[in-house]
Amino acid sequence: MNARTFSIGGIHPEENKLTHEVATKVAALPKQAIFPLSQHIGAPAKPVVQKGDKVKVGTLIAEAGGFVSAPIFSSVSGTVFKIDTAIDATGYRKPVIIINVEGDEWEETIDRSDKLETVEAHPELTPEEIVNRVKEAGVVGMGGACFPTFIKLTPPPTAKAECVIINAVECEPYITADFRLMMEHADEILVGLELLMIAAKVTTGYIGIETNKPAAIELLTEKVITKFNVQSSKFNVSVVPLKQRYPQGGEKQLVDAVIQRQVPAPPAIPVNVGAIVQNVGTAFAVYEAVMKHKPLFERYTTVTGKRLANPGNFLVRMGTPMQDLIDACGGMPEGDNKLLAGGPMMGKALTSTEVPICKGTNSVTIISDDEARRKEPQPCIRCAKCVGVCPMGLEPYLLAKLSEIKNWERAEQEDIVSCIECGSCQFTCPAHRPLLDNIRQGKATVMGIIRSRAAKK
Amino acid sequence: MSKLIVSLSPHAHGTDSVERNMYGVIIALMPALLVSFYFFGLGSVVVTATSVAACVFFEWAISKYILKQERNSVLDGSAILTGLLLAFNLPSNLPAWIIIIGALFAIGVAKMTFGGLGNNLFNPALVGRAALLVAFPAQMTTWPKVGQWGSYLDAETGATPLSIMKDAIKSGDASLLNQLPDSLSLFLGNHPDGGGAMGEICGLALLVGLGYMLWKKIITWHIPVSIIATVFVFAGLLHLANPAYADPVSVILTGGLMLGAIFMATDYVTSPMTTKGQLIYGVAIGFLTVVIRNWGAYPEGMSFAILIMNAFTPLINNYVKPKRFGEVAK
Repeated sequence: MNARTFSIGGIHPEENKLTHEVATKVAALPKQAIFPLSQHIGAPAKPVVQKGDKVKVGTLIAEAGGFVSAPIFSSVSGTVFKIDTAIDATGYRKPVIIINVEGDEWEETIDRSDKLETVEAHPELTPEEIVNRVKEAGVVGMGGACFPTFIKLTPPPTAKAECVIINAVECEPYITADFRLMMEHADEILVGLELLMIAAKVTTGYIGIETNKPAAIELLTEKVITKFNVQSSKFNVSVVPLKQRYPQGGEKQLVDAVIQRQVPAPPAIPVNVGAIVQNVGTAFAVYEAVMKHKPLFERYTTVTGKRLANPGNFLVRMGTPMQDLIDACGGMPEGDNKLLAGGPMMGKALTSTEVPICKGTNSVTIISDDEARRKEPQPCIRCAKCVGVCPMGLEPYLLAKLSEIKNWERAEQEDIVSCIECGSCQFTCPAHRPLLDNIRQGKATVMGIIRSRAAKK
Repeated sequence: MSKLIVSLSPHAHGTDSVERNMYGVIIALMPALLVSFYFFGLGSVVVTATSVAACVFFEWAISKYILKQERNSVLDGSAILTGLLLAFNLPSNLPAWIIIIGALFAIGVAKMTFGGLGNNLFNPALVGRAALLVAFPAQMTTWPKVGQWGSYLDAETGATPLSIMKDAIKSGDASLLNQLPDSLSLFLGNHPDGGGAMGEICGLALLVGLGYMLWKKIITWHIPVSIIATVFVFAGLLHLANPAYADPVSVILTGGLMLGAIFMATDYVTSPMTTKGQLIYGVAIGFLTVVIRNWGAYPEGMSFAILIMNAFTPLINNYVKPKRFGEVAK
């Protein structure tokens, strides 16, 4: 297999894909579901329900709060308990809608059958119609970034989309939710890809999968051949095996790996080089939204950790507190732990086990304290390994230093805003220096300076 | 009650550490060290032991009593490495008290004065060597012949291949070069007529060390390869123009070139941070080495070339940037 990969830097963290072979289970309904109003990039959603309102599974409970925003749907049936604040993944108390669960009654418009719907059977699906349904269903990027999907499908007039790339890389250690989804719903994902291609008005599609998932590569290659490699198909789709390397699932790295084009520095986005990247989970969500009229209220999530009794993959309703899932896996291990929303490279450490599963929660990862404890930093020995692994061609040692001494001007010149916060530098640093901690702070400050400069003009 | 620990990502770290790299280089030096014990016997054992012990002592004492560091920096292994590299650059008949002065210069002046590991501008071992060369020119330019097992201060000394080359250039008499050992003996180090510094004698042993460091990803190929390639090309051109200049293969295999290219110029702290910068640094070192060897006052130019380029390293870091992702060629 002649696998491709991205061109600069990268690392090989320990895989720890403990739940690779564990089939997805449907998670039990929570007693109470919590819906943060801000679980996507952009403006928070605005509640459209009040305390005491009855809702069903799939009822709109909050509408989009602006252009870059997404509506939120109830994942449970029951009564709105209150509109309040609760701790979310950021560690702060944020506005939420809390619903007490009663039964499991679904909105009638949702098609709950398993029947595979095809594009051929739905001539009404114009690009505009697909984009509209995706928007109305609250679909956002499911890989963790949570950017509203409909915006990506309607690129600015200055850019022209040439292909859709499905991100099935899953390069973060531990996480297997995307892999399980591919093994269990390959047909739906391919219809999802077809819908995405129609919506983006392109005929070329790629599915990028790392070679540590040979079963998924084999399955999807076979399905792609039977579905797209026929005379009648106007689409040209290929599965692209990718060499294992973190952070290949980063949008820019994936575009580089799959079509060998490098997205320029911000504000450029992948579509500036012709690519629209969508996570494999997003493709599935698009299928369900468009074909089954099912808004986004449940997702595939991995619950994992070396010391969990029964780690697994779950189809889970959003709003379910993580504690419920941890209990389903045998409970929190003894001792001090780190609870992560996401994987060990980019996941957020949470302050509470009551944080709910949101649209972007691809994993609940539990790492024991001794495994995750940072070692005492030593002086930088200038070994240049951070420069070697940076996938953006930056100099992390320098950016970290500039941030420490607050030299924002120079930090901006040295392209600190290009940092994708993948953590490769800090992972590699032999002196255990908190490189990304410092860079992140510097990047936020410099971005603030750039914004205020733009505002003045 | 168990707690939830909170910190920023990444929550994983690779297995790399400062110690792993320092001891890795020390392991890579072992073949050359054993060869030096084999060729120079007792003298090389005494010189190595003195140099390492003195460097470790100065590092420990300065860290503890002057810098008052909480974690004594002697633990990181870099002082052992400096001690070994300093010894490698010395003749095996050097009196212990001179070695101790060299170690004080290396660790005390070149390294700890700047704030210890990571902050020094110049390669500590080379500063130690340069200081001794200025202070004790006679002792530092007589080199014991190989194969004297039991001798230390009393070792018989002889002309090195480098001094033969220098004589040939000065007199313009290419026939002097016939005294040079053949390339294979130079490569293996077993030429009974000539000696050299303790660690530089056997190219093969140094190359084994290079292979180990590349395999363990301690260093990259850029600096050693660019130095050796530049010297080969430049010396080759000179040899073609005038046969009084030695052939490039001999030039590469003599003196401290291999030792310098593989172990001294690749010192993390004092070499550039980007691969492009490392190539510039390597080419400049190679060029300066040939210039100093052929037209300078000393027969060997490697250590001075490295020290000169150490001074340029901050400048190179400032101006030579890696290619950013998505950067369009200007």
